[in-house]
Amino acid sequence: MRKSGISDGAKAHVTAPATEMFELRLYIAGQTPRSVTAFANLKEICEEHLSGRYKIEVIDLLLHPQLAAGDQIVAIPTLVRKLPEPLRRIVGDLSNTERALVGLQLRPVTQKDPTS
Amino acid sequence: MAKATAKRTPPNHGLAKAPTGVQGLDEITGGGLPRGRPTLVCGSAGCGKTLLAMEFLVRGATQFGEPGVFMAFEETSKELTENVRSLGFDLDELVKQKKLAIDFVRVERNEIEETGEYDLEGLFVRLNYSIDSIGAKRVVLDTIETLFGGLSNMSILRGELRRLFRWLKDKGVTAVITGETGDGTLTRHGLEEYVSDCVIQLDHRVENQVSTRRLRIVKYRGTTHGTNEYPFLIDEDGISVLPVTSLGLLHEVSNERVSSGVPRLDMMLSGEGYFRGSTVLITGTAGSGKTSLAAHFAVAACQRGERCLYFSFEESPGQLLRNMRSIGIDLEPWVKKGLLQFHSSRAAIHGLEMHLATIHKLVRDFQPRVMIMDPIDTLVGAGTRRDATVMLTRLIDFLKIQEITAHLTNLTGAGEAVGETDMDISSLVDTWLLLRDLELGGERNRVINVLKSRGMAHSNQLREFLLTDRGVELQDVYLGAEGVLTGSARQAQEAREKAVTMLRQQEVEGKQRERERRREALEARIVALQKEFEAEEEEAKRLSAEVHASQEVLGKDREEMGRSRKSDANETTARSRKTPGNRK
Repeated sequence: MRKSGISDGAKAHVTAPATEMFELRLYIAGQTPRSVTAFANLKEICEEHLSGRYKIEVIDLLLHPQLAAGDQIVAIPTLVRKLPEPLRRIVGDLSNTERALVGLQLRPVTQKDPTS
Repeated sequence: MAKATAKRTPPNHGLAKAPTGVQGLDEITGGGLPRGRPTLVCGSAGCGKTLLAMEFLVRGATQFGEPGVFMAFEETSKELTENVRSLGFDLDELVKQKKLAIDFVRVERNEIEETGEYDLEGLFVRLNYSIDSIGAKRVVLDTIETLFGGLSNMSILRGELRRLFRWLKDKGVTAVITGETGDGTLTRHGLEEYVSDCVIQLDHRVENQVSTRRLRIVKYRGTTHGTNEYPFLIDEDGISVLPVTSLGLLHEVSNERVSSGVPRLDMMLSGEGYFRGSTVLITGTAGSGKTSLAAHFAVAACQRGERCLYFSFEESPGQLLRNMRSIGIDLEPWVKKGLLQFHSSRAAIHGLEMHLATIHKLVRDFQPRVMIMDPIDTLVGAGTRRDATVMLTRLIDFLKIQEITAHLTNLTGAGEAVGETDMDISSLVDTWLLLRDLELGGERNRVINVLKSRGMAHSNQLREFLLTDRGVELQDVYLGAEGVLTGSARQAQEAREKAVTMLRQQEVEGKQRERERRREALEARIVALQKEFEAEEEEAKRLSAEVHASQEVLGKDREEMGRSRKSDANETTARSRKTPGNRK
């Protein structure tokens, strides 16, 4: 997919120990089916891979539009990994678990990405 | 040129328009951009898209009471603020006054992982929030194409962009969307597909190492608009587009006449000189006296108390002053009085548009009645010949509207055909004076003639003129076998004519003397004849007296004879006496 992704992933594999706390923020815009799906997918991934060491904050931009600029939100839904550093953005409904894990840097990127 | 259809007044039918406040652009678009609709501004990098968009917002906020949102995809609001500060736009202040909102949208591909379906609702939310927070009427998206670099799902992007533009329309904001020109297309990602109401293309071209910015309205639905490429420039006052003004040729004309500064030249122009507000072109070969004539004209204007703006593209003011002083024209007092202003610069110092803008600006500031450009052909060096023609056309139109009498000089090559100028502007000028060097009898002499002068019965004569220490002086006309005589040929002719006159004078005097002599001779002869006659008369008298005396003597003798003969002498005496008396 991208060269930068590869290096990021490789680094994350080394620097993200299993004890680190994950602070996640999910931006949605109203209770659309897609937001619901995204939240469900996120919950599932976290339970499976980050059990007990994650925190999810859901921000509905229809209610708090002023928050969109701060995290540079363009697409909805967007999942922002505030912690651990570096900040990562994952857009989409997280239906592609494999890519979501790469985005969260819970799994190193494979050399050849099957979905790209 | 004149075929463009831009109108100066916004048409009151149909489409509502949002004035941009950008100088000249509203004239071309007939009032501004389509209100409540998106407009696409496209162009290559560095051609002024962002600036145009920003000026649209700032002018809207400051002049038309329409707050605006600037959504920047490429520059942060700090960078933007710094970039436009040089143009006198204080974005921080506007933001503080809630007249402007800047939102920097950063889309970095390597920070974003895409997993599944998404939309751009976040962008909508942000835009909506910004618009609502200041009650914006204007929106700029600069450059939304950046999204294509940050997000990879094209089908989602395209769908969302379509939705965005629809949404902007529904929102009722006048939007400017910028886009970078692609290869053979208006924009790299085909934004023109979505924005179909108004498309403006900017262009930045370099020709002969001189760059020119141009603007063109590619399309503007539902309204007439200028279709040409209009040069524009960016200076300390922002953007000014220079539309071809006076497209309708509706400028007022004056019947007032202004002197050329050379009395005998005025005489050639039906006695009074040029029309006020007309354009005078003086063409001539090198050193034929163009600048001197221009200086005369400048002085004449200053003497009337009018301001004169002098553009010199070849000589510095000091040089001009010195050179003109050598022919007895002192311009310095007028400069000191503030009636004469020089503006000397090389033509190649900047592009034609910049020249035109400079002229516009100076004219606006100085308000001259008379303008001199010396010479205009150097302007070709600042662009192409065609551009120079267009520029001069616009300049002449501009000057005519301002009723400024313009004096343009143009250098022609020695071998060039008469009636041909570099810029083909001869048809635009009202009065055209041709200065020439006539080669005759091994010398070159300056000759002037009026090639054309609209609206007056001008002289058709070729006149020789001299550059004396009292300036330009037109000479009397001497015609020879090969046309007008100039220089020493003229002087020779003058001398010849003088000689002929003298000869005649002498002849007349001689004849008079002869007549006098003859009269004297005649009178002498009359006297002689009279004397002769008198002599003859005397002789006759003497003779008759002699005859008388002899007859008496004869009678006495007869009487004495008769007496002596004792004859009847009385009878005979009586008879004889009678006879001579009858004979007499």
